[in-house]
Amino acid sequence: MEIHEAVGLGPTRQAWTVAPGYLAKRRALDRVMRVALFFPAALSVFVTTAIVFILVSESWGFFAKVPLIEFLTDTQWTPVFAQPRFGILPLLTATFWTTGIALAVALPLGALLMIYLSEYASKAVRETVKPVLELLAGVPTVVYGYFALLFLTPLLQTLIPELGGLNLLVPGIVLGIMILPTVVSISEDAMRAVPASLREGGYALGMTRWQVALRVVVPGALSGIIAAYLLGMSRAIGETMVLAIAAGQNPNLTANPLEGAATITAYIVQMSLGDLPHGSLEYQSIFAVGLALFVITLLFNVAGFFLQRRFREAY
Amino acid sequence: MNNPLPIAALLLTTAASINTVWAETVQVDGSSTVFPISEAYAEEFQKQTRIKVTVGLSGTGGGFKKFCRGDIDVTGASRPIRDVEMKLCTENKVEFIELPVAVDGLANVVHPSNTWASCMTVEELKKIWEPAAQGKITNWKQVRSSFPDAPLKLFGAGTDSGTYDYYTFAINGKEHESRGDYSATEDDNVTVQGVANDKNALGFMGLAYVEENRGKLKTVAIKQADGKCVQPTIETAQNATYQPLTRPLFMYVNKKSLDKPEVQKYADFMMTAKNGTKLVREVGYVPLPAKAFELGKKKVAARKTGTYFEGGSKVGVKIEDLLKAN
Amino acid sequence: MMTTAPGLVPSNAVPFVNGDVRRAIGRSQRIDIVFAAGGLFALIIAFGLLFTLLADLATDGLGRIDYDFLTDFPSRRPAGAGMLSAWVGTSLVMLVTAVLAMPLGVAAGLYLEEYAPKNWVTALIEINVSNLAGVPSIVYGLLALGFFVYGLGLGQSILVAGMVLALLILPVVIVATREAVRSIPREMKEGAYALGAEEWQVMWHYILPFARPGILTGAIIGLSRAIGEAAPLITIGALAFIAFLPPVPFTGDPPAGLFDWLMSDFTVMPIQMFNWISRPQAGFHINAAATGVLLMAMTLAMNAVAILIRFRLRRHSRT
Repeated sequence: MEIHEAVGLGPTRQAWTVAPGYLAKRRALDRVMRVALFFPAALSVFVTTAIVFILVSESWGFFAKVPLIEFLTDTQWTPVFAQPRFGILPLLTATFWTTGIALAVALPLGALLMIYLSEYASKAVRETVKPVLELLAGVPTVVYGYFALLFLTPLLQTLIPELGGLNLLVPGIVLGIMILPTVVSISEDAMRAVPASLREGGYALGMTRWQVALRVVVPGALSGIIAAYLLGMSRAIGETMVLAIAAGQNPNLTANPLEGAATITAYIVQMSLGDLPHGSLEYQSIFAVGLALFVITLLFNVAGFFLQRRFREAY
Repeated sequence: MNNPLPIAALLLTTAASINTVWAETVQVDGSSTVFPISEAYAEEFQKQTRIKVTVGLSGTGGGFKKFCRGDIDVTGASRPIRDVEMKLCTENKVEFIELPVAVDGLANVVHPSNTWASCMTVEELKKIWEPAAQGKITNWKQVRSSFPDAPLKLFGAGTDSGTYDYYTFAINGKEHESRGDYSATEDDNVTVQGVANDKNALGFMGLAYVEENRGKLKTVAIKQADGKCVQPTIETAQNATYQPLTRPLFMYVNKKSLDKPEVQKYADFMMTAKNGTKLVREVGYVPLPAKAFELGKKKVAARKTGTYFEGGSKVGVKIEDLLKAN
Repeated sequence: MMTTAPGLVPSNAVPFVNGDVRRAIGRSQRIDIVFAAGGLFALIIAFGLLFTLLADLATDGLGRIDYDFLTDFPSRRPAGAGMLSAWVGTSLVMLVTAVLAMPLGVAAGLYLEEYAPKNWVTALIEINVSNLAGVPSIVYGLLALGFFVYGLGLGQSILVAGMVLALLILPVVIVATREAVRSIPREMKEGAYALGAEEWQVMWHYILPFARPGILTGAIIGLSRAIGEAAPLITIGALAFIAFLPPVPFTGDPPAGLFDWLMSDFTVMPIQMFNWISRPQAGFHINAAATGVLLMAMTLAMNAVAILIRFRLRRHSRT
């Protein structure tokens, strides 16, 4: 029953009373919804359990044949060769390079954009820019990959002649642009959650917009911003097609982003969709590297979680 | 939630009807190299018989996995079936009929302005691509003293692909044995682009890509045993004068699936010489001689299972032997 | 010489306050301009990249798009190949993804933000959600292959495609929901509680309506991501050549059920692109570019609808 039916003047007409059973029903609904909402949230744990299960069970067979020390320290990754070498370092460095470059692009650009959108831009500008940014999120990863390979790389090769046709720099930049919509949208929501009264206090003290932005709004929204960047960084680490296409398939331990090198994700794609037999040791290696990637992402996320908690502000 | 009865009735009827929808589909999957051939067959077959055919793109490995589980009827492969895959098939009681459908030539390509590398020997290619060359053979002059002193830039297929597999087997003598420091890619178009943009490049790729890019690239002839330099073309691949870089492409058919009339029709359709020669040629591969298709049809009719290759590649296989032996 | 009480500035210090303060303010204002310029610069880069990308696609592909391209099935001949099965497949898969991801994501976000007690279980779930965003999409594909296709026996169907993509975008929807809910002023919630409302009532009548715009943001970004994924779908068995459409309910012989299309074989536009772009014939490359243009158009349409809804909601509910 609606509240206007449930509440009415009591029999003495001196005081308000609530229809019997109304409160109990409401409380019961609340309890049901509490439980009902728990399950989707817990779903993420089920999914992670399933992922860990599938990664570990397949890696088990792998690590039975390849010692962990070799996996972690060997400098060559050539699982297909007649004398296979299973050192994850080449794949790992490539992954780190591309993620690092992506963050180097997304951090400043994202910060500028989110501050501009939430503090400087007029409503009209904001409402046009956000959709365009979200369109950036909608570009298929395959398109980004070929765009990086066929357009951006030749373009940058005119500026940097030593840039290889397959390299880590261009996919890294593209990755940074790819995670920009996620980062900016969620950060900007967080920034707009900071109450106007705080901002106005800053302005009253004579601060300019950038001072208010950096000293009032950003610290207030920091936990949301960190959450946004964490999500973006996770996405960058886990991106497959852009790297498979534009960075090449060649495991290469290098400190030079101008060269091509296979990342962990590019390797996984290569093996899953390629011509190698499933069930072989090479196939199991994709789960081993997948597990390594999972652990690394998890460490970053745990660190980020505690960082977020420190900066959580309540209004 | 007023009356759940209509919804329940709806769900029941849909559940009951689900199984009757996909009775007649031939399911094909497999290698991306063989995919264009499967697509051509599937398209023509569906046009002529109105039986549905679907083709997936899971790769040779993924295709065999599905095939050996009995999920699909036909799988295309750019290499013969391997031991670990045969084991899976045996475990799941899946028997297969190995049918070559086409020949693929592997060509070495260079930039059009490359005047020196017009004819090379297998030994020279081996010197370039063998594992010991990694980091050491980086200059054309090291390959042959008459070559200019220019850096050697290498391009090719990734180490998981059948193209790479066969190339290393034919050139280096062993599968999965090559240097690791070259620009490796899944997509031969990228190799085309890499070689077309670099004067000092040398790459290898399937013949179909060469045919489409004749203007952008130059092919390298291979010196045969009799001293003749043979260019990689459809004709030389078909009459087997271009060696050792020709390899058969396969379709594996599930013997039990052949009990289904639509799959039987499809297998016969594939192995009819008229269809095969036309469709395979259309997509840029080398069709088998008509006689080979006939032999293939007989093999299907006889339900002869098993592989000619005992789990590994062989160089210079004659298609007729492949079809007669088992 | 004046005696000054501690804290008071002597009057002969006034010129100092004027000049230096002016300079400081001037500097701040200049930096303000720099920031604004920086923001615009970032905008230009992002827009510029998107524009070049679209222009690149359009110059190659726009001319290819005609009625035939939209209504033909794939073919071995580039000129005769079309995208019918692909765009129908994408539309249907997106529908399933949205229907699955939205309720699950919003529910999870609401729970984590409003109901969850601050204990280790909740911390675990939070870390989980963020971590799942980092799992490579193809691992989701492998997971779905094992659990949904084989484990639950659902086969390589549109339903499984929707399920795997929903899982993929769940983290984004959850995080966006949480941020949206967090942005609601406390006074509003506390007012409602003060009136005696239960948590669920507050959620349904106050929080959700207020947070809808932010939730929609998450939905847009998530679905835009999902529409462009190829690798996980190939892994679960999406096809690259399929020359027929999923069964339309109540048509055919015997008549198809209402939900038969869910269990159907299918293909999607990114897979078609991926397939065509790696073929040797240049005609297929043009087809791939055309598919790219159409995919962007579909994404734009999907976004436009959601943005319109978000704009309307924002106008009504923003303080």
